[in-house]
Amino acid sequence: MTIPHWQAAFAARAGGDEPRWLAPLRQSAMASFAALGFPTRALEDWHYTSLSSIADVPYTIGSGASSTTVADLTPYMINADWPTIVLLNGRWSPALSSLDSLPGGVLVLDLATAWREQPAMVQQHLGTVAVSEHAMTSLNTALMQDGVVVVVAKDVVSNTPIHILHVADAAAEGAARFPRTLIIAERSSKVTLLESFVGLADVAYFTNHVAEVVVGDNATVNHMKIQRESESATHVSTTEVHQARDSHYVNFSMAMGATLSRTNVYTVLDGENCGATLNGLYLGKGTQHTDHQTRIEHAQPNCFSRELYKGVLDDASHAVFNGKVYVHPVAQKTDGKQSNHTLLLSPDARIDTKPQLEIFADDVKCTHGATVGRMDEAGLFYMKSRGVPSETARRLLTYAFAADVLETIENETVKHALEQLTLERYAGSAVHPVIVARKG
Amino acid sequence: MLEITNLTASAGEKDILKGINLSVNAGEVHAIMGPNGSGKSTLAQVLAGHPSYEVTGGTVRFEGEDLLELAPEERAHRGVFLAFQYPIEIPGVSNAYFLRSAYNAMRVARGGDEVDPMEFLDVMEEKLKIVEMDDAMLSRSVNMGFSGGEKKRNEILQMAVLEPKLAILDETDSGLDIDALRVVAEGVNKLRRPDNAAIVVTHYQRLLNYIVPDYVHVLAGGRIIRSGTRELALELEEKGYDWLLQEALA
Ligand SMILES: Nc1ncnc2c1ncn2[C@@H]1O[C@H](COP(=O)(O)OP(=O)(O)OP(=O)(O)O)[C@@H](O)[C@H]1O
Ligand SMILES: [Mg+2]
Repeated sequence: MTIPHWQAAFAARAGGDEPRWLAPLRQSAMASFAALGFPTRALEDWHYTSLSSIADVPYTIGSGASSTTVADLTPYMINADWPTIVLLNGRWSPALSSLDSLPGGVLVLDLATAWREQPAMVQQHLGTVAVSEHAMTSLNTALMQDGVVVVVAKDVVSNTPIHILHVADAAAEGAARFPRTLIIAERSSKVTLLESFVGLADVAYFTNHVAEVVVGDNATVNHMKIQRESESATHVSTTEVHQARDSHYVNFSMAMGATLSRTNVYTVLDGENCGATLNGLYLGKGTQHTDHQTRIEHAQPNCFSRELYKGVLDDASHAVFNGKVYVHPVAQKTDGKQSNHTLLLSPDARIDTKPQLEIFADDVKCTHGATVGRMDEAGLFYMKSRGVPSETARRLLTYAFAADVLETIENETVKHALEQLTLERYAGSAVHPVIVARKG
Repeated sequence: MLEITNLTASAGEKDILKGINLSVNAGEVHAIMGPNGSGKSTLAQVLAGHPSYEVTGGTVRFEGEDLLELAPEERAHRGVFLAFQYPIEIPGVSNAYFLRSAYNAMRVARGGDEVDPMEFLDVMEEKLKIVEMDDAMLSRSVNMGFSGGEKKRNEILQMAVLEPKLAILDETDSGLDIDALRVVAEGVNKLRRPDNAAIVVTHYQRLLNYIVPDYVHVLAGGRIIRSGTRELALELEEKGYDWLLQEALA
């Protein structure tokens, strides 16, 4: 039933006021999805994660009325002074959003306004960065109903994060949403973005998000994501990035919600002297399934990439990390480093970690390493021998393991917020966040 | 204070302690010497409650209580402290936080209140002086990247913070140059009180010039084969252990 369900949803769309160039993009995306269907384990990229559990779910598109207020969102704001766009159940909510503090030179528009007011810009980039043959990306392109377009003008440096808050409340039950993010950082600009996915009610829904990021010459995009969806939700998110020369792209992915989540982060270093840093932290509990796939494509010489993913898995949770690094024949002097470290807190927790380096240039420096470990018993005994109660010692060591990757987050406020979230999970509220040793 | 009777312990299939008898009173310092692999660290770790060792027989009473029945943290709360021969590194946990957690846990266990980070800094200021340590060490991860000497000093710093009744120092002097040895030994001496006691495991008589023992014991093959006073340590320094081992076999 699955494909006809989505084809019917596609046919039922009211696309009346959309620009004409969009129709063929959507149509070919729908055709591509119809050909591919929901990914199964038979696909190499989905070897450890199957979406077949939701393939037959007749999700509705769009949700009914909801009563979420600004006050309900306060705990998720991180900083209420930041420009914040709230997409409530997939739809931009002007009432909940606030763009007053947006700096000059930074344009933030909802998708419909963007293709009305900035048609050339949107047409030039939308659907040109997220080009991987992925059924979920195709489905998003076919059905994307709302989203956020951010354009940072040449030479504009904006260090205050722009927060895109994807909220699902009780009205999201049984619905699918297809939010789209398009970020364009023009020459020598700098921008920081935070995309949060939060679930306010324990209901089942499906998020299928796509972000496209265009990093211009000498520009820097700092892009963070916090996934704390409802624990009954299914979350798929694909970020695809195109980097021009001398640019930097920094991504951090924190995954702690959803029953099943898959986060893809793909970047193409398509100019000389670029850098990409992809870091992340996944925290699993219960029967959560948390999958990250990254792909760094070194297409030009003299670029570097850095990757550090850490995870803590409790109960019968399962995580997947698949880190691909592809070095083209011309990409000499590539300097790539990848690591993945997971702490298993329970005998039933499981990680499948798969580094995948494909190197076609001969003068490169690429390393990778993965470790899977259990609680350090020696450290535990050491702490206990100093009088620290067993449970506190355990939580402290767990927190410390996770916190070191959070240290890499440049924005102090976001870093502290994520430290706090991790603390709440492992250290109890009695522990003060200054426990992390600062490096250097 | 401490009464060890016929203590036997093993690790896996291996019997290591084969009947230890030792009695330590308040105010005393006991030195334990002996060849490598004789069971000195095992004894120390068993007293601290290390889970790798199984006590197969005997008893240990600490201030009248059955020490072996207590969890490691409870032993610490009662006032038992072990300075590790090989201090453990804990990535990601700052030394300051580690010390404060230990200090607060101890206070709470003894019926007091926790101190906040600011109050704790005042406590630390005085303790750092005892081991002549720089406060930069506090913001680093516990023992990570510390030199051998720094690790040993850090053990004594922990001891200074926790103020134990019974301190067991397992080769805290090994690998230290003479200046570091002096700092560590003086630190221990500053913490001595008539109502506390120490067991000092060492291979070197030079430590005992600084920390003067009341008794010296030789542990070999999992047993105390000879006990004596200070002079025994001097004799061992000169003659080694072989003559004692021969006598023990004879
Ligand atoms: N956890 C363990 N598992 C197995 N064997 C062990 C374990 N701990 C110690 N042993 C063995 O028990 C014996 C005594 O070891 P222990 O560390 O107590 O000696 P020691 O007297 O402290 O020696 P050193 O002077 O070298 O520090 C050694 O043969 C050692 O290999
Ligand atoms: Mg030893």
